[in-house]
Amino acid sequence: MLFTSYEFIGFLAILFLLYYTVCRKMQWGLLLVASYIFYAVANPLYLVYICLTTLTIYGCGIVMQGITNSSKAYLASVKDTIEKSEKKQYKAMTKKRKRRYLVLCLVINFGILLGVKYTNFFIANINNLSGAGLTFVNIALPLGISFYTLQAVSYVVDVYREATVAENNLGKLALFVSFFPQLIQGPISRFGDLSKTLYIHHDFDSKTFFFGLQRILWGFFKKLVIADRVSAGVLTIIGDSNRYQGGYVLAVLFMYTLQLYADFTGGIDITIGIAQALGIEVKENFNRPYFSKTLKEYWRRWHITMCEWFRNYVFYPVSTSKGLQNFTKFTRKTFGDKVGRRIPVYLASLVTWFATGIWHGASWNFIVWGLANWLLLMIGEEMEGWSDGLNEKYNLRTKTGFKVFRVLRTFLLVTALNLFDCYQTVGETIGSFFSIFTAGNLSVLTDGSLLEVGLSAADFGMLIVGVIVLLTVSLIQRKGSVRELIATKPYAARAAIWGILIVVILIFGTYGIGYDSAQFIYNRF
Amino acid sequence: MKKKILKIIIPIIIVILVLDSATRLLMPKYATDIVEGNLIKEYYQESNKDFDVVFFGDCEVYENFSPVTLWEEYGINSYIRGSAEQYIWQSYYLLEETLAYHKPKVAVFNIQSLQFNESQSEPYNRMTLDGMKWSPSKVNSILASMKDNEKFIDYVFPLLRFHSRWSELTTEDFEYWYKAHTVSHNGYYMRVDAKPAGNLPSPKKLGDYSFGDKAWSYLEKMRELCEKEGIKLVLIKAPSLWPYWYEEWDTQVKDYAIKHKLTYINFLEVKDKVGLDYDKDTYDAGLHLNVWGAEKMSLYFGRILRDKFACPDRRLDKDLREIWSKKVEAYYEEIEEQKIKYGIKD
Repeated sequence: MLFTSYEFIGFLAILFLLYYTVCRKMQWGLLLVASYIFYAVANPLYLVYICLTTLTIYGCGIVMQGITNSSKAYLASVKDTIEKSEKKQYKAMTKKRKRRYLVLCLVINFGILLGVKYTNFFIANINNLSGAGLTFVNIALPLGISFYTLQAVSYVVDVYREATVAENNLGKLALFVSFFPQLIQGPISRFGDLSKTLYIHHDFDSKTFFFGLQRILWGFFKKLVIADRVSAGVLTIIGDSNRYQGGYVLAVLFMYTLQLYADFTGGIDITIGIAQALGIEVKENFNRPYFSKTLKEYWRRWHITMCEWFRNYVFYPVSTSKGLQNFTKFTRKTFGDKVGRRIPVYLASLVTWFATGIWHGASWNFIVWGLANWLLLMIGEEMEGWSDGLNEKYNLRTKTGFKVFRVLRTFLLVTALNLFDCYQTVGETIGSFFSIFTAGNLSVLTDGSLLEVGLSAADFGMLIVGVIVLLTVSLIQRKGSVRELIATKPYAARAAIWGILIVVILIFGTYGIGYDSAQFIYNRF
Repeated sequence: MKKKILKIIIPIIIVILVLDSATRLLMPKYATDIVEGNLIKEYYQESNKDFDVVFFGDCEVYENFSPVTLWEEYGINSYIRGSAEQYIWQSYYLLEETLAYHKPKVAVFNIQSLQFNESQSEPYNRMTLDGMKWSPSKVNSILASMKDNEKFIDYVFPLLRFHSRWSELTTEDFEYWYKAHTVSHNGYYMRVDAKPAGNLPSPKKLGDYSFGDKAWSYLEKMRELCEKEGIKLVLIKAPSLWPYWYEEWDTQVKDYAIKHKLTYINFLEVKDKVGLDYDKDTYDAGLHLNVWGAEKMSLYFGRILRDKFACPDRRLDKDLREIWSKKVEAYYEEIEEQKIKYGIKD
């Protein structure tokens, strides 16, 4: 059920009605049933995977919590008699016991993810390297598995770290894993955050409810009016990389960046809007990312919850692992304190970006994309001291022109990196990118050739209007919530704004017969 | 409280009115070029729907019979409820809906559409179904017609289907935004130009010549409905040379007609008696007849309707005479206009 399908809108309407009327006393139960229906509609078989994940994290969570509780009880009972060293030893032993269950749970869940998502990638690489000619397997990729696996893993790790208490109610934990608005493209929530509002009773609050609906509408605008419109042109150009080179690649760089932004942020707007209409708080996933001045800042503002996940569950564990700490000692001794400290951090960062890349897709393109991000971030880190000095000397930081330059530079970097997401292979991506400078056909950008890639002049006109609207809204957001701002206006103005948005989506949206409404891009990750 | 309710209702009404207006603007007008989409809804503009003969079917009825000739020659008050590629289930539901307005003495059905067991084209579905007024018959017709990629809600709110026309709007869309127009003469689509029938492609051999179960079931329903209502059902095959009408198909219809004591006329078999000249009487090389061919067909078939089915001569009915005098005038005016358009000299 696509978020933009009629069926989903009907599904939502029924859910909202039941949620605030007949099922008021069992709201979380209703959400669980709704989430499983939503998931089963895609393919009932997928339920097996999500149930298995839920059961394993539930079981491991309960066992680990039991170990933690008994350990705490024991330590409390002997607190006056136990030696400090004995206490430390006991704690280490407790941690070791819990770690067994954690590892088991991680092996099962990452094993499932690896099995369904990466088996054919491994087979392809083995075949390429050895010519073994292994046959590809036919496994359907369960909807949203990359997202809910990360969310489920974060729960067990948090229980292991005692950052959260294990959930005793299997149904409630099942809802945490399967909560339908965020199931297929995030945001990736932590149990401690989402559980605060997911299970409690919510009375109907008209302001929250209508704010939620307004956010959903805004998401529909981004997805249907902008993202799905530009996707026709993007697919045409990247679908035939031999024909569309040079100027076309330059065009698709910006077209795809616009599509990705409108599609992903639009999807997240719909997700957060649905949750808000239900009274549930889901973490923001974007903070006007294209206004970032550095790549590092960009990754704090784009897909925030994913970045936090990789930071919390990959980067920190790797950086604090025994092996890397020993390596740090070695590098500090060999290269001195300043350089020796940085090398292990960069190494942990490399592992994190490799994992981030391959999580996005079973393809070398994504791995190279991750590593390219890592490389550019490391270059940025290394140049920081030098650029800081330069900035201070010429007082550049306060100059608007320099700020704009930094924003544009970061935007172009991100845009160029996005190209790895478009093409099938690394060679095709790099070849296409360099054709911008070698093909000598930049005139296609202005001579009307772009009108032959599946987009009419009217479509381009609509896209320009869409970009202006996005930019205006982003600029207003610097001062606060646009919805809050609109809410302060007279009733007629508010009604007109939301009424116009509905009419615009219905008329200018890309949907229905004649369009192959694109799936949300992040669904496939 | 009253003020609060009004504050909610007024914006909703305004949005609905805007969307209704947008729907009217964005729906195809079918006023020029592809006019077939306008045929079904023109029926509702008729002030007197007391027709004795109503035709149902695809282009083989709305281009091959002239109700004006039937009136002028025999005083037969007739209407053609035809539309482009009208499928048999659509013909059935149009017949059912027609009965809500009046009961004809004779229902004429062109059996060309028996060859289709499922709808073939969404645009053709829309041309027939969008023109119908809302009724249980329309709902059932939509449900019977929808292809896999179609949604019922798109028929309820046509804006959802036609919204993408915003970039293709022409002056025609604005001209007929709120204005009704007619393109037919009691459902007859006129053409005066001629294109002789040349060499037609050889018919492809089919693996199976049997009509599908769904198609047969709607023919049965049509027959049963006519029997129940005391309407005489006449099956016809218009004299279009293409698409090819197979012998095997014809045999099945003949057997059905004999079994149920229905009249079946295959005009391809009597085209010489009708006097059709395929060098002069067709405007597209044998697919459809022009007005001269349609008038010959009406002369021939009118005699049958009068003699065999006792269709009355209504020319003495003052009200009808008045209505028809305007229609006849419009008919001949268009003949003259088209003669000029196509450069035809008498």
